[in-house]
Amino acid sequence: MLRVIGKRIALLIPTLFGLSILLFLWVRNLPGGPATALLGEKATPEAIARVNELYGFDRPLITQYLTYMGKLLQGDFGVSINTGRPVLEEFATRFPATLELTVVALVFAIGVGIPLGYLAARHYGRFLDHGSVVLSLVGITIPVFFLAFILKYLFAIQWSLLPPDGRQSPRIDATHYTQFYVLDGLLTGEYDAAWDAFLHLILPGLALGTIPLAIIVRITRASVLEVQNADYVRTARAKGLMERTIRGSFILRNAMLPVVTTIGLQLGLLISGAVLTETVFAFNGIGRFLRDAIFGLDYPVLQGFIIFIAILYALINLIVDLSYSVIDPRVRVQ
Amino acid sequence: MSNPGTSVHGAGFARKRAALTAGFSIAALLLTGCVQSQREESTGAEGDAAVDSTFVFAASSDPKSLDPAFASDGESFRVSRQIFEGLVGVEPGTADPAPLLAESWETAEDGLSTVFQLKEGVTFHDGTPFDAEAVCFNFDRWYNWTGIQQAETTSYYYGSLFRGFADSPDKAVYESCEANGDNEVTINLAKPFAGFIAALSLPAFAMQSPTALEEYAADEIGGTAEAPSLSEYALGHPVGTGPFKFDAWNVGQQLELSIYDDYWGEKGQITNTIFRIIDDPQARRQALEAGDIDGYDLVAPADTQSLKDAGYNITPRDPFTILYLGMNQAIPELKDPKVREAIAHAIDKDALVAQTLPEGTEVATQFIPEVVDGYNEDVTTYDYDPERAKELLAEAGYPDGFEVTFNYPTNVSRPYMPTPEQVFTNLQAQLDEVGITVTPAPAAWSPDYLNQVQGTPDHGLHLLGWTGDYNDTDNFIGVFFGQEKLEFGFNNPELFAALDEARGVSDRDQQTELYKEINEQIAEFNPAIPLAHPAPSLAFAPRVTSYPASPVNDEVFTDIELSE
Repeated sequence: MLRVIGKRIALLIPTLFGLSILLFLWVRNLPGGPATALLGEKATPEAIARVNELYGFDRPLITQYLTYMGKLLQGDFGVSINTGRPVLEEFATRFPATLELTVVALVFAIGVGIPLGYLAARHYGRFLDHGSVVLSLVGITIPVFFLAFILKYLFAIQWSLLPPDGRQSPRIDATHYTQFYVLDGLLTGEYDAAWDAFLHLILPGLALGTIPLAIIVRITRASVLEVQNADYVRTARAKGLMERTIRGSFILRNAMLPVVTTIGLQLGLLISGAVLTETVFAFNGIGRFLRDAIFGLDYPVLQGFIIFIAILYALINLIVDLSYSVIDPRVRVQ
Repeated sequence: MSNPGTSVHGAGFARKRAALTAGFSIAALLLTGCVQSQREESTGAEGDAAVDSTFVFAASSDPKSLDPAFASDGESFRVSRQIFEGLVGVEPGTADPAPLLAESWETAEDGLSTVFQLKEGVTFHDGTPFDAEAVCFNFDRWYNWTGIQQAETTSYYYGSLFRGFADSPDKAVYESCEANGDNEVTINLAKPFAGFIAALSLPAFAMQSPTALEEYAADEIGGTAEAPSLSEYALGHPVGTGPFKFDAWNVGQQLELSIYDDYWGEKGQITNTIFRIIDDPQARRQALEAGDIDGYDLVAPADTQSLKDAGYNITPRDPFTILYLGMNQAIPELKDPKVREAIAHAIDKDALVAQTLPEGTEVATQFIPEVVDGYNEDVTTYDYDPERAKELLAEAGYPDGFEVTFNYPTNVSRPYMPTPEQVFTNLQAQLDEVGITVTPAPAAWSPDYLNQVQGTPDHGLHLLGWTGDYNDTDNFIGVFFGQEKLEFGFNNPELFAALDEARGVSDRDQQTELYKEINEQIAEFNPAIPLAHPAPSLAFAPRVTSYPASPVNDEVFTDIELSE
C-alpha cells in the first residue's frame, strides 16, 4: 500500500511540472496587463511601465518562468499582487474555511443523498421514487449561484432565520487557532462562537451541497437498482439469509462503488462551486479569493492556486482509489 | 454547540424587534401628539447608556495596507481616518483644510517655508508623545524612501505630490524639517506648492508613531522587486493619534478597532468599530437588511428609494466627483472640433441626470465640482440643442451623421458612475437622435476597460470620471488634461503648459484665476464633455441617526450619533 502511494506521488511530479508550464503560458497570455489592474484608474502610462518593470512582466517569458519555478521549488509561491501577502499564507488562512464548507456540503449531500437514493430504489416506481427523480433533476438543473441567492433571500433576509454572510457574526468575539471556526470554538470552549460559525455554514453548505446531492441520489438509486436484481442477491435470498443482512452487506455495500467514485469527482467540483457560493455569501474561503485573483489578474495567486488544486485533485483521486479496495477487496490498488 | 440563545444572531433579532417596537411607539406618539415631552426625556443620559456602542460598517474590500503612507485606496483611508490624524484635517462636511494636529500655521511669503504650531498633550496609542520631532520623523521617512518604496504602487501620493525623493533632490518639492522646540515645527519646501496645506489633509500624510514605525519595520516592504509585500507594521501594528486604535484584522472577514482611552478629543458614543468586508453591493444591502451591519457606502441608485421606504437612513454625500464623456481624437471624426461641439449640443444632461443618476447629482459644466478652486461660473457651455447639433454635423461634412464606437464598462459601480450601462443606453438614444450611430463596446472594468481606454488608442466615445482626493484643482483637470494621453488622443501644448504653470504658483488667489482661465480654455477646446457630479449615498440602520458624510470621505466615527 505504501509503495503504491509513493509511486502515485512520484508520478505527480512530472504531471505538475508539465501543468505549471502550460498554466504559466496561459495565465501570462490572459487579456489585459496586471499593471492596470494593480494601479486602477489613476494610473499613468509611465506608472504602468514602471510596474511592469518592477514585477518583471517585461522580461522574457522563459526568464520569468525559471525565476518562478526556482522560487516555487523552495516553497515560495510569491506575494499576492492584490493583498501584498505571501500566497501560501493566504491559502493557509482561507483553505480551512472552504474545507469546513465542503465538509458541511458533503455531509449534507451524502447524508441525504445515499438514503434517499436507496429508498427510491427500494420503492421503485412508486411515489417516493418519482419524487426523488424529480428532486434530483431540479437539483442538477438549478445553477448554484441562483440557489444560493434564493436560499439567502428567504432564510436570511426574509425570515431572518440564518445569518446572511461571512463566517462569523461581526459582533462576536472569538479566538482562532486552527482557522476551522467551529472547531476553534469547541476547542476554546467558546460554544457561542462555534454555534455561530456553524449557523454561518448552513446556507452556503446547502447551496454548495445541492448538486452533489442530486447526483448522489441518482447514482445510488441506479446502482442499488442494478445490484438488488443481481444473481448473488437472488441466491442469498434463496439461501434464506436475513433481509437486513442482504440489504446491508450485499446490496448497499456493492452498490457503493460507483457512488464513492462520484463523491470523489464531486469533491473536485465542489471547489469550483465554492467560487460562486462563497461570493454570494461573502464567505472568506479560497473560492472567493480565486475569484478576486481572476478579476484582479493576480498572477502569483492564480499560478499558486492552480498548482494547489492540481495537488488536491491528485490526492482526492488517490484516496478514492484506495477506498475502492476497502469496499471491494477484488479491486486491487496497483 | 449548546446555548444558541446567546448567539450573536440572537442579538440581531433583539435589535430588530427593538427597532420595530420603537417604530410603533413613535407612530403612536405622533398620533397622540406627545412627541415633544417624550423627546426631552429620551435625550437624557439614560438614553445614551442604552446605546449598543459597537458600530459595524461594511467595507467593499480589505484595506490594501494599514500604513496610510503606503496606501492610496479608499478602503485603506477609511480605516486610517479612525486610527490616524494629520497635521491638517478637513472642515467637517467640506473639502477645505482645517487645523487638526497642527493648531495653526503660517506660510512665508515665498511659499517655501511653513511654521506649524502643534497641539499639546497629544500621545500616540503606544504612549509616544506627539511632538515636533515626531513630525520631522514622518516627513523625513517619506523623503528618504528608496527603490520599491518609491513605486507608484506603494507611495502613490507622496510620489505624485512631492515629486521627488532624497536621491533625486532636483525633482523634490520637500526640502527639510526643523523642530523649533517641542510644539513648533518648520517645513521647508524646495519649490512652491500651492496645494501643500490641502494635500496634508490626505490620510497618506497622517502622523504615525516613530517608535512603532521603527519597531515594526514599516519601511521594510517586499524582499524582491517582483512583488512588494506589506511590512509587519502595515499588517497589524498601525499606531497613530486618532480616536480608535487597531485591534485585529482577520483578512477577508473583518477589521476591528476600539476607542483609545487617552484620546485628546471628544470620544462620542462608539467604543468599538468593526469593518466587515463584503465585496458584493447586493450582499452589503442584504447584510444591512439582516441586521448584521449598521451601514455601508456607495448604495446602488436603484436601492435608495426602497431602502428609504423600509425605514433605513440614506445619507447623500455632497458630490466631489465628475463623470464625463471622453472623445478620443485618434478617431478622425472626433478630431473635428465641429463634431465635438455637435456631440456636446446633442446631449441633454438634465434628462441624463434625472433618468440615470442618484438623487443629489448636479449637472456639470466643467471638470471640477463647484467647491473646488478655480470653478468658473461663466465658462462656455453647450446647451442641449439637437437642431444645432445637426447643423454642425452637416457643416463638418456629415449631413447624415456617422458611426462611432462607444466604450463603456460593465458590472462596475464607481462613486462617479453608479450605473454605466444605463448612462450608456441613455446617451446612445440621445446621439441617435442627431444621426450619430454608436457601436456599443462594453468591457469588464478592470483590466479590460481601463486598459483599452487608457492604454490603447483603440476606442471612440467613452465614459470615465474621477473622485477628488482633496480640494485641489490639479487633482482633477491636471490629471485629465495635463499631458498627452491615449485616452483623449490630442496634443495641446498650450493647455499642458498652462496647467503646469498653474500648479507651481504659490499664491492661492493668483492660482485660482489661472485655473478659471484654464477651465474656459478646456471648455472651448472641448476634449470631453463634463456630464454630471454624481452624489454617492450611504445607507444606515435606523439606529444611526447622524453620520458625518464628507465630500472627500473624511468621516471619523466619533461623530456618529446612535439612538439605541
